[in-house]
Amino acid sequence: MLAYYFDLALRSFKSARALSLLMILALGLGIGACMTTLTVYKVLAGDPIPHKSDRLFNVQIDAGNMIGYESGQEPIFQLSRFDAEALMRARHAKRQVMMSGANVPVQPESTSIKPFFSVARYATTDFFAMFDAPFLYGSGWDAQADASEARVAVITSELNEKLFGGENSVGREVQIRSVAFRIVGVLKAWKPVPHFYDMTMGMTEYEQVLLPFSTAMGLKFGTSGNMDCWGSSNGQGPREMNSPCAWVQYWVELESADQAPAFFDYLVQYSEEQRRAGRFERPSNVRLRNVVDWLTFQKALPSDVRLQVWLAFGFLLVCLTNTVGLLLAKCLRRSGEIGVRRALGATKRDVFAQFLVEAGTIGVAGGALGLVLAALGLWLVQHSPAEYAPLVRMDWPLLSLTLLLALASSLIAGLLPAWRAANVTPAQQLKTQ
Amino acid sequence: MDILPILSTLRRHKTAASLIVLEIALTSAIVCNALHLISQRIDTLNHDSGLPESELVVIGVRGTGGNADPDELTTRDLTAIRQLPGVKSATLVNQVIYGRNSNNTDVRRPADKNSPRYSSSLYAVGEQGLDSMGLKLVAGRDFKPEEYQLGTEIDKQADPTVGQVIINRALAEKLFPGESPLGQSIYGYTDNPSVVVGVVERLTHPYPGKSRHDNEGFSMLLPLRGTFRGGDYLVRTEPAQRDAVMKAATAVIERNDPSRIVTNTKTLTDMHASYYAQDRAMVWLMGGVIVALMVVTAFGIVGLASFWVQQRTRMIGTRRAMGATKGQILRYFQLENFLLSTVGIAIGMAGAFGLSLVLMASYEMPRLPLLYLPIGALALWALGQIAVLAPARRAAALPPVAALRS
Repeated sequence: MLAYYFDLALRSFKSARALSLLMILALGLGIGACMTTLTVYKVLAGDPIPHKSDRLFNVQIDAGNMIGYESGQEPIFQLSRFDAEALMRARHAKRQVMMSGANVPVQPESTSIKPFFSVARYATTDFFAMFDAPFLYGSGWDAQADASEARVAVITSELNEKLFGGENSVGREVQIRSVAFRIVGVLKAWKPVPHFYDMTMGMTEYEQVLLPFSTAMGLKFGTSGNMDCWGSSNGQGPREMNSPCAWVQYWVELESADQAPAFFDYLVQYSEEQRRAGRFERPSNVRLRNVVDWLTFQKALPSDVRLQVWLAFGFLLVCLTNTVGLLLAKCLRRSGEIGVRRALGATKRDVFAQFLVEAGTIGVAGGALGLVLAALGLWLVQHSPAEYAPLVRMDWPLLSLTLLLALASSLIAGLLPAWRAANVTPAQQLKTQ
Repeated sequence: MDILPILSTLRRHKTAASLIVLEIALTSAIVCNALHLISQRIDTLNHDSGLPESELVVIGVRGTGGNADPDELTTRDLTAIRQLPGVKSATLVNQVIYGRNSNNTDVRRPADKNSPRYSSSLYAVGEQGLDSMGLKLVAGRDFKPEEYQLGTEIDKQADPTVGQVIINRALAEKLFPGESPLGQSIYGYTDNPSVVVGVVERLTHPYPGKSRHDNEGFSMLLPLRGTFRGGDYLVRTEPAQRDAVMKAATAVIERNDPSRIVTNTKTLTDMHASYYAQDRAMVWLMGGVIVALMVVTAFGIVGLASFWVQQRTRMIGTRRAMGATKGQILRYFQLENFLLSTVGIAIGMAGAFGLSLVLMASYEMPRLPLLYLPIGALALWALGQIAVLAPARRAAALPPVAALRS
């Protein structure tokens, strides 16, 4: 029967071409708009490391002084170097990493490539295991390298392509800020979206080279990102051990999410110790946020994107209302035909099914058009000036969601017209023939 | 006119009529708020930085680890740049509006340690700072040549003093309401006070509207000569000569020390455009959505009106046979559409207001000004009337004999 209804649907399309095209167009526009905005939303609101996001935590300790302090406010959102190194030495969590972003000059061996600046990250050995960084060649450095300020580096495959033509460069050297570093590992293409472990570097600034934190500090390399200073620095640079400046990101990996309260208490205990030692002035104000909470706190999802999603769904609603009206017009126009079918023995259910199939066919056609329009929309987004533009891409789950959304919405739109059509009284229709 | 017959006809087509009303209501609610959003964004786009943006060029330079003295290099760079043809003035500044750096500090009057503090943006400029930035003094004077200090020197001292400061009018009015700030001291940088020597009309935060430090637009300038490692070169020239100056300045900088890399050269107008690019895109998006919504609604009205014309062929023919003119048939359909639009718009206005309350709560938008309601209403009335024109004309063209044919 379905095939017959499908055939009937196609015939009715041919006889009311303009109306059908109008409906398909409207539905396609609505679906296209929704899927474009939903894809952008998914990219920015998604969990970048789902299998681990509840075990990874960002640490905040309030090391600031009392000037301008208001009780209950957020602590400074990064750590000072002193606190980060103290927590690292204690090694209280399963894994921990302290890091900072930077921009370093890379001087390639071959003189045909001019020196250039590259986004970098200073980190410690646990970084690679914690964030599941995938390696193409080699591996990360070990704890010994951190302790001895070894001049080792991990580079991405992109940088490897640029400097060494993509070959296995483990063991070779790269000049960074006129210092030779030995490459111990090359990472595969890896871009967690968003760049959750450090949101201060901009959404599309992914590091191309990683160096041990201690080495970079020993060589007095500069950093990039955000720095909050308080109090007087007594003539020291902001990155010195005892400087009252917060610029270090600190993440821990715990065995499981329920160890978080215990670790939180440990951080409070540390704060209290620092207060007794006279370093901290503020009352203990500690934060331990897992990945998802951290992203929400950092407002990773721009409010504009949320607004766009709602706008698209409002648009889809208008398109659906449109479709209901036009479907109703289309169905009732054929009241005579419905009367004949009923007189020949079709039940109300059969008529209902027929028009539902017709609505579904429009849904499928509208969905196909919507996919094309969504692809166009995403192309526009990728070429838009938005910060997240290069990160946006349609994937298979979203593709199937598009078609499902189109089919579901068209079936819902078709319920009212189909019901009205089914209730057409055959006798009245036949009389007016 | 014939309102009663229209109403009774509509009563027989309740479903279709309510669908049109609903569609018009939804569209008008969304359109009113979208127009409001657009005007909000356009206000943001027209933000006035206070700088002569068309005359300014920004050049960023980074060192690669060479051992040259950055202060000496910076001075040599600036001397050479200032001698280039077409350059009116040049300076090194720690942060540029729409740039990538932001330095903030808390400022208070020295009355006592507990007096209120205000977050202020901190500009550190060298000689020709005010000239290059094109800032207008409304009180006091520019820094004197002997007042400038080296940033690197200040950083080395345990208890440094920066004796002078220039603040913007907003900060002056906040810290010293009703009195002249000139000659008064403020604490903003270091533990020692600085004396206010001048007040500029307008100086904004480098990230206007987008920084958690930019609450009330307070800014201050310190006479601290920085180096290319901690700031950008800002060069003022004629708009037509900007490209030439950028090239010449880059060449000069590279010549002075080839181990450095000029990381970016941009005109301030380009930086302004990039900074607001996303807001512009949002304006276009909203505009596109409004147009698409109107088009879809128009199609809906055309479709349903054509259907009704077809359904009422006999009625139209009867009326024509009884003496109605073409014009009267046309006006019948237009009036019917007007009635439906009115009901839809009335509901839509209430919806627009409700939607604006939601936007206020979720997106920190101001309340929808009542002006947008009549604008949206007029737009949808016009849309409905234009959309119904074609089917109504077709109805009017029906000959009276249609009453007899079925």
